[in-house]
Amino acid sequence: MPTFEHGTIKIEVDEDGFMDEPSEWNEEVAKALATTEGVQELTEEHWKLVNYLREYYLKFGIAPMIRKLCKETGFPLKKVYELFPSGPAKGACKVAGLAKPTGCV
Amino acid sequence: MSEKLKKPQELAQVEFKPAPQGWMDPTVEFRKGTWNYAAVPETLEYLDLPYPRKWQPTDDDWQLPDGWEQIILTGMRERLKKYRSFQVFMDCCVRCGACADKCHYFIGSGDPKNMPVLRAELLRSVYRNDFTTAGKILGSIAGGRKLTVGVLKEWFYYFYQCTECRRCSVFCPYGIDTAEITMMARELMNLVGLSIEWICTPLSNCFRTGNHLGIQPHGFKDSIEFAVDELEEITGIRVDAPINKKGAEILFIAPSADYFASPHYFTLLGYLALFHEIGLDYTWSSYASEGGNFGLFHSTEMIKRLNAKMYAEAKRLGVKWILGGECGHMWRVIHQYMNTLNGPADFLETPRSPITGTTFDHASSTKMVHITEFTADLIRNNKLNLDPSRNDHWRTTFHDSCNPARAMGLLEEPRYIIKSVCNNFFEMPENTIREQTFCCGSGAGLGTDENMEMRMRGGMPRANAVQFVHDEHDVNLLLCICAIDKATLSPLMEYWVPEVEVGGIHEMVGNALIMKGEKERDVDLRGQDLSGKTHADESPAGGSQEEVAANA
Repeated sequence: MPTFEHGTIKIEVDEDGFMDEPSEWNEEVAKALATTEGVQELTEEHWKLVNYLREYYLKFGIAPMIRKLCKETGFPLKKVYELFPSGPAKGACKVAGLAKPTGCV
Repeated sequence: MSEKLKKPQELAQVEFKPAPQGWMDPTVEFRKGTWNYAAVPETLEYLDLPYPRKWQPTDDDWQLPDGWEQIILTGMRERLKKYRSFQVFMDCCVRCGACADKCHYFIGSGDPKNMPVLRAELLRSVYRNDFTTAGKILGSIAGGRKLTVGVLKEWFYYFYQCTECRRCSVFCPYGIDTAEITMMARELMNLVGLSIEWICTPLSNCFRTGNHLGIQPHGFKDSIEFAVDELEEITGIRVDAPINKKGAEILFIAPSADYFASPHYFTLLGYLALFHEIGLDYTWSSYASEGGNFGLFHSTEMIKRLNAKMYAEAKRLGVKWILGGECGHMWRVIHQYMNTLNGPADFLETPRSPITGTTFDHASSTKMVHITEFTADLIRNNKLNLDPSRNDHWRTTFHDSCNPARAMGLLEEPRYIIKSVCNNFFEMPENTIREQTFCCGSGAGLGTDENMEMRMRGGMPRANAVQFVHDEHDVNLLLCICAIDKATLSPLMEYWVPEVEVGGIHEMVGNALIMKGEKERDVDLRGQDLSGKTHADESPAGGSQEEVAANA
């Protein structure tokens, strides 16, 4: 299982770079993971998205429907892709420390 | 999508030249983009499966347990005895080659070992070597191969390059069910702890929460309620979507992606609108919250364990019968395995539509009806008020999902519905539809991103047929009735035919359905402006293709 290191951050991740232990997530981890997504600095808009995902995840144990994410953050999907070029699941969810969704998705 | 994925023009240059070494040489190269991650040990532990460990197919040492050859050969002996079909399929192939060029993976990769006949030979050769007299005496002269680590690695590579779609079986003069050969090979590999993440994680999720995605009951409720709210914004009507309602007449079970991913979600809106409009006495279940059954991609035992919960829940809730959503492999399980494994479901009643009075006698054993059968019957009996012009912004074609088409013969009902709710419908060429339908290229647990090159290769024949109707008829929407299709055809289209989006039949039904008391529809279920025919990419929540690619 790969280890991701960035500065003082050292965490276990899966083959695609998603955190193994989402409970170890914190803002510093988010900043470090963001660099793997080509995001050098997390702006207020990035944080709005990440925090929304994080809150939803803590409540429901999974990412929200993309439809819901867009509606409740007020970001059209295009904007989400501008913020996280790999998109809401691969990019934003990874930075927010969520697990990768699996199944018919 | 993989960053290093070749461009479509390059991928389309398929080399059909066999490797210089003979087919008995098992050497395989685990090249990035052509294989799936190994199952993580936690999921195997959760499922009580043997030999959980951390490994990847690219490792030299797969950390096989001591005596692994004997474990597999014993497993093979047991299965040959238990399943007469397996014994027959091992013996009766005459290698006529009718199946050879029918496989989407062979067409898209040019790899001879993806010819169904040769893929099966990878297993048959070991069968011959260890279970037939000729093979025991003559070995390789009789087509036998000893089970070695190389052979096992080759099995893993090629039996996870079969989507169990059964197109090849349509052409086999003996009717050999190649999917069952793949299923047996995967079962044997499971015995020594070899499986893939994209199968075992959904399986363990399903045991934990009732669905492959791992959505817990409160998350399930939250998503359904969100859909109810959004449907109200679109139609002006607040529908009731009961969950775990005891005594409801019908239990409705959809694939979990329908209440998570896009474009599946728009089909969910369609279901909700339809059930409200006909006043159906039904319930969702937060326990049986998955129509799909990834057990089909793993083992018979797992099929049985997952399938049982649908019926346990039907019994607990006291419903009369079960209605199933737009799901693919669910119907292979229901029609061809459920009755043997868990049936007959005698505590339920033979399904009868409460709206039309039609009795679905063909489902008298399983007590489950496919939603397109149900809806086609509603339309046939003039129970729905439909305005197909509300789908005029779509020019549609229909991808027969492998399992509803080939495992249950569901060919006419989907078309009947589409023609009733869409004015623009165009068939793809006849050898690519109905029972000859080409697979999406990503079924049977192979719909993962690390496998993207093989998915794009395997999906090329389907995409090619879509390209044809796009060029001829300006088709811009590929309809299907399977959640894996909705998830995987989207990136496939984005790659090969980017002008075409993907949708579900009940999304079209929901668009066309005139609901009593509804407000004037100014948007479709995707939120696209109906007056100006705005393209999906400009809709407030974005286009469906991007969403799915992101979700995958």
